[in-house]
Amino acid sequence: MSENLAKFCPGCGYPITLLMLNKTLEKLGLQKQAVLGLDIGCALLAWNFLPINTFQTHHGRVVPTMMGFKRARKSSLCVALVGDGGAYAIGLQSLIHAAKRDEPIMVIVTNNTVYGMTGGQTAPTTLNMQITPTSPEGNIEEPFFGPELLKGIVKEGAFLARTAVNEPKQLMEYLEKAIQTQQAGHFSLVEVLSFCPTNWKTVGIGTIEKLNGLKETFKLGEL
Amino acid sequence: MLENKKKLLTGSEIVVQACLDAEAGVMYGYPITPTCEILSGWIATGKPSLQTEDEIAAGFAVCGAVLAGQKAFTASGGPGHVLLQDGMSMAEGMRLPFVIIVGQRGGPSSGTVIYSQQEVMLACFGGNGEGLRLVYSPATSKELYELTRQAFNDAWQYRFPAIVLTDGYLLKMKSGVDLSSLKIENISAHPLVPEDKIVHWPNIYTMEEELNEQIGLAQKDWEEISPLIAKAEILETTDVEVLLIAHGIVGSAVKEAVKQLRKNGIKAGYFRPITLRPFPKKDLDKVCGWESVKKVVVVESSAGQLARIVRDQLAPEIAVSFEYLQKPGLGIEVEEVINLFK
Repeated sequence: MSENLAKFCPGCGYPITLLMLNKTLEKLGLQKQAVLGLDIGCALLAWNFLPINTFQTHHGRVVPTMMGFKRARKSSLCVALVGDGGAYAIGLQSLIHAAKRDEPIMVIVTNNTVYGMTGGQTAPTTLNMQITPTSPEGNIEEPFFGPELLKGIVKEGAFLARTAVNEPKQLMEYLEKAIQTQQAGHFSLVEVLSFCPTNWKTVGIGTIEKLNGLKETFKLGEL
Repeated sequence: MLENKKKLLTGSEIVVQACLDAEAGVMYGYPITPTCEILSGWIATGKPSLQTEDEIAAGFAVCGAVLAGQKAFTASGGPGHVLLQDGMSMAEGMRLPFVIIVGQRGGPSSGTVIYSQQEVMLACFGGNGEGLRLVYSPATSKELYELTRQAFNDAWQYRFPAIVLTDGYLLKMKSGVDLSSLKIENISAHPLVPEDKIVHWPNIYTMEEELNEQIGLAQKDWEEISPLIAKAEILETTDVEVLLIAHGIVGSAVKEAVKQLRKNGIKAGYFRPITLRPFPKKDLDKVCGWESVKKVVVVESSAGQLARIVRDQLAPEIAVSFEYLQKPGLGIEVEEVINLFK
C-alpha cells in the first residue's frame, strides 16, 4: 500500500513501479533499511508516496547522492529512482562510473522515451523519427540503450535488466534480484519501460499499444 | 630543555589535520590545483575517500554522506568550485552540513592555478538561492586550522553548509604552527535520515508559498545564529583616519602594513572580516562609525568582490568615503599598502 495518494498524472507508469518496489521490500522485510533517493523529473513526485525513507535530490544527481549515502551507511538498502534523461543524459557520467566501480546501489530507470515533467521533450531514449516539442520534424538520432551500454563496464556480480510496467511478474522478479545484488555488494540497474499518456497523447488501449511497441526496440530481459 | 611543539606544515597538511581532528569520516574529491594535496593528503591518512568522476559527483556524494549522518567534505577551486555549487545549492535548500575547502585560483574560466580572491561572490552567493551558507576566510595557517574545525562544528550545529575560503598561497606555504595547543571541542554528527523512523523529505515545492515559507524559516535561523558566528579582527585604535579593510591572506599583509604605518605616525586602522557570511556587520558599523575615520580603503586581489559586500553591509546612515586597491588575481604585498600613503 502507498503512504499517500499518488501525485502522478492519470495513467502514469511510475506508481506501478513504486508499488512493485514496495511490495518487494515488504516481502523481503527490508522497508526499514530501504532509502529511496529521487532524481528530478517525474520521479520527484514519489517523495511521500511509499512508507520508506525518501528524499529528493537534483536532476541527474541521484546516483552520486545514493553512493555517498550507501558508503556512509552500509546497512542501508539504497535505491535511486531516475528518468531516462537523468540517467542517460545529464547524469550519465556518474551512472557509468558508479557502474564501473560496482557501487552497491540499485538504480531504477523509467524509460518512457520522453522528458515527462517538462512537457515531452526529446530524451536519450526517444525513438528515431519520434516527434517531440524539441524534435518537431522527428528525432534524427537513434535511441540510447542504457543497460546494454553498461554491460561492457560492470563487474561480475552486477545485475542489469529491462522490463516494463505491464510485465508485473518480471518487474517484481527483477526488483528482487536487484535488491539481492546490492545485498551481495554489487551494482544493479533495472530499466522499466513505462507509460506516459500525457506526453504520448494517447488514451486507453493506445497507451498500452504504444508501450508494447517499445518492446520491439528495447528488448526485455536480463543482460 | 624547552620543547618546541611547533611543526613545519603546509596549509594543505593543516587542512587534512583539521579534518581528521574534526572527525570527518570521508572525503570525496576531484584533483584540481591548488587543492590536490588536500585530496592526496587525506587519502594518505587511510581514511575513507573517493576520487570521483568530477566535482559534481563529489558534491552530491558529500550530500548523501551527511544525509546518512557521516561528517564529509570536499576540496576544490576555480572551475571545480563552480561545479560544486550544484551540490552546495542542494545543501543550502535542505540545510545539509556540507563542508568545502576552497582554494581560490585566478578566474574567470581556468584562469590561473594558485591564487586570487575572486571566488568570494561564488562562495557567498553562488547558488540559485539567498546565500545562506557560512563562509570563513582565514588569514594565517593557524586560522586555517581553527576555521576548518569551526566549519564542521557550525555546519553540524546550525545546519548550514560551510565553505573555508582560502587560496593556493596559504595551502602551499609552509609555516611553523603548534596545533596541539589549540583545544576545540567537536560537535558530533547525527543521521538526518534516521534509521528508526520514516522521513519524507522534499526539496522542490508545488506551491510558491511553501518555498517562501521554507526560506523564511531558514532566514530566521540565519538571523539568530549570525551574531554567534560573525567575527572580525580589528586593531582597536579609536584615532583611525584611514581604515583599511581586507580579508584572507591580504588581511595579513594589510595588518603588517598598518603596524608599520602607525610606527611612522600615520593614523591607519585595520578591519578584517574573518567570516564573509555571515558578515561581521556590527563590528563594521562600529569601526566605520568612529568619528576620526575619514576614509575607508578596501584592499583585495579581485576587482571589488569584497568591496561590494562591505558597501552592502555597512549601515546606510554611516557616511564615509571609499577608495580601493584592487589587483584581480595578483598577490598584494605590505609595501604596496604602505605606498597608498605616499
